[in-house]
Amino acid sequence: MFCCGVYGFITRRNMIAILISLELMLNSVDINFVVFNRFLFPGEMEGMFFSLFAIGLAAAETALAIAIIINVFRVSENIDVRDVTKMKF
Amino acid sequence: MQPVIPIIILALPLAMFLVLGLFGNKMSHRLAGVLGTAGMGVTMVLAYITAFTYFFSGSGEFYDAETHTRLQSVIFNHDWLAFTDNLVIRLGFLLDPISALMLVVITTISFMVHLYSNGYMRDHHGVWEKGFQRFYAFLSLFSFSMLGLVVATNIFQMYMFWELVGASSYLLIGFYYTKPSAVSASKKAFIVTRFADLGFLLGILVLSFYTGTFNFTDLTSTEVADGVYRISEGTAEGIKNIFATSAAPVFMGGSVLTWALVLIFMGGMGKSAMMPLHIWLPDAMEGPTPVSALIHAATMVVAGVYLVARLFPLYLMETAAMDIIVVVGALTALYAAMVACTQIDIKRVLAFSTISQIAFMMVSLGVARPEFHHGLGYMAGMFHLFTHAMFKALLFLCAGALIHAIGSNDYTAMHGLRKHMPVTHITFLIGCLAIAGIIPFAGFFSKDEILTATLGHSTLWYVWMSAVAGLTAFYMFRLYYLIFWWKEHKVPQGHHAPHDQPWTMTLPLVILAVVSCFAGFVPMGNLVTWNGHEMFDNVSFFTNLGALDWSVASISLLVAIAAIALATVMYKKENPLPSKMKNALPNLWRWCHHRFYWDELYMFITHKIIFGCISKPIAWFDRHIVDGTMDAFATMTQKASYAIRSLQSGNIQMYVWFYLIGALLLGAITAICLM
Repeated sequence: MFCCGVYGFITRRNMIAILISLELMLNSVDINFVVFNRFLFPGEMEGMFFSLFAIGLAAAETALAIAIIINVFRVSENIDVRDVTKMKF
Repeated sequence: MQPVIPIIILALPLAMFLVLGLFGNKMSHRLAGVLGTAGMGVTMVLAYITAFTYFFSGSGEFYDAETHTRLQSVIFNHDWLAFTDNLVIRLGFLLDPISALMLVVITTISFMVHLYSNGYMRDHHGVWEKGFQRFYAFLSLFSFSMLGLVVATNIFQMYMFWELVGASSYLLIGFYYTKPSAVSASKKAFIVTRFADLGFLLGILVLSFYTGTFNFTDLTSTEVADGVYRISEGTAEGIKNIFATSAAPVFMGGSVLTWALVLIFMGGMGKSAMMPLHIWLPDAMEGPTPVSALIHAATMVVAGVYLVARLFPLYLMETAAMDIIVVVGALTALYAAMVACTQIDIKRVLAFSTISQIAFMMVSLGVARPEFHHGLGYMAGMFHLFTHAMFKALLFLCAGALIHAIGSNDYTAMHGLRKHMPVTHITFLIGCLAIAGIIPFAGFFSKDEILTATLGHSTLWYVWMSAVAGLTAFYMFRLYYLIFWWKEHKVPQGHHAPHDQPWTMTLPLVILAVVSCFAGFVPMGNLVTWNGHEMFDNVSFFTNLGALDWSVASISLLVAIAAIALATVMYKKENPLPSKMKNALPNLWRWCHHRFYWDELYMFITHKIIFGCISKPIAWFDRHIVDGTMDAFATMTQKASYAIRSLQSGNIQMYVWFYLIGALLLGAITAICLM
């Protein structure tokens, strides 16, 4: 699942798709946290809390990214990353 | 003596400098002038009180009644900077015959100049000169520095004030700072005297390194009692022993003491404009004329003479250094007198005359020996310093009055002014008679003593100096006739018909003229001698007249009268004689007129040799080697950045790709290493 996310992040040109790939990577990491916590330290809860924390941050980050993408779309009518070069020096 | 009055003498001019310098622009011109003049007047009165107390208090801390000897007295000596036990720099007040004499000379001339400038620094419509308050502030600064110099208790204090007078001279020469010639003249004066002061500083260091002291009292006298000192013959044998025992280092054929004294004399040469360091003084005439009278005629330029007089017992131990002083002085005297005969600018004539007269004082100190008339030359030198200050300041102030009336320094614009400016005419004539050495004016007595002292030393220099004295009379009367006689201009030159100046300007002229008439009768032999011993038993108004050596005096009088007669024939009425004479000796005239090309020689040495052969290669090295290395570093960094800048594309996916590959590679390497 993490490798799918990496592949998507590098190859896709659509910003939404890149965002989705990012989410994939995040979620895979969350699952890893939960699973390793369950198997390695059965009595502890840190891994669980950490993934909850990461989910909360991911939600905020997604909202931010979507807002940026919408603004980019308003300016350039396009959400292809190769074409967003307006601020390039 | 209580230190209150001496402290006020030094503090008052300094306070005036601060007040006028900081708040001068807020006060009116008139108030600034009155304040400066009044401050100097009070200082003058206090200096007179101090000097009269010193000379006439009878027995006490200043005078040993049993041996009729004047003593050196340290009024106060404050530890200013204590670096180590030995290296202590003190500020103090030393009262002895020469410093008391200088107090009188400096404050008198300074007060006259302060008063005179009230009139001089305004134009004909009464409009004040721009920077009038600044002018008075600088005058006060100069007076403070000069007073500090002459009362110095140690050679380091003297050096500090020595530099301060140099700085205030620089400021005052460059007073008209919008005039390029004044700016370059002030720079020239500062650089030349600074160069000479390098020698002075080296001399101080050598002297104090071997003797372990800065104090004049330790260097030149045997202690008598607490704070009171006496100079005696074979003085400071201890110092000589120090020099003898400190492995007697000899450098290039001279002992350490000789080198120290010659180096110190180099500082004196710079300040007193002795050849070859005289080039700054004629240019210094770019400053306002009162400044020329105060600094470049009467006080600062005699600092070199004062320095030699101050260290006189040391010079006595090294007659080689004394002989150098005599030769330098004699050559300078003749040179300056010859040049003065051909100058057109009246202030430059007076400047060269000043150089020549200071050289007289130097020669006089150089030929002084205790064996001959109890060191007559020393007394004569200081006597001439005193009288010269009076009549040369008078001549300069007269020149200022003339320039103020005519608006030009050139005597061709003057001619025939005697009816228009009677007061200036009479006072100028008195000044000329005094400098020419006509009895009974001031210069006669002092110059006669100098010639007597020189004759006691060597006949060659006596004949030489007598000839220079004749030249002096000639060029002064040439100047006098060309200004006041020759022919009358049909149309008056200048702004309007020339006339005498307001009372602020004529009063100093009259006072100085009266002083020049009678200063010769001051019994200097009883006041100022090298070891303080009085020369005469009974003093009366005619002491100096009675002490004259008539075989010398009559010859010098005859020479002076002959020279004046020659000047009268040549310059009284307009006639072709001067130009005939000029054409008869064209080369001599040209060399004299161009001051023997000394300035050109200096220009050649500095520009062609120093700038061309030393500075230019160094500049090339700096520009191409040092700068080039730095430039190469910069260029390399820039090139490298351009080469790799496409890597920073801003494309995050590309970065992630690199990152991923890098992370995998690192992982692989780690795995390989761990296996």
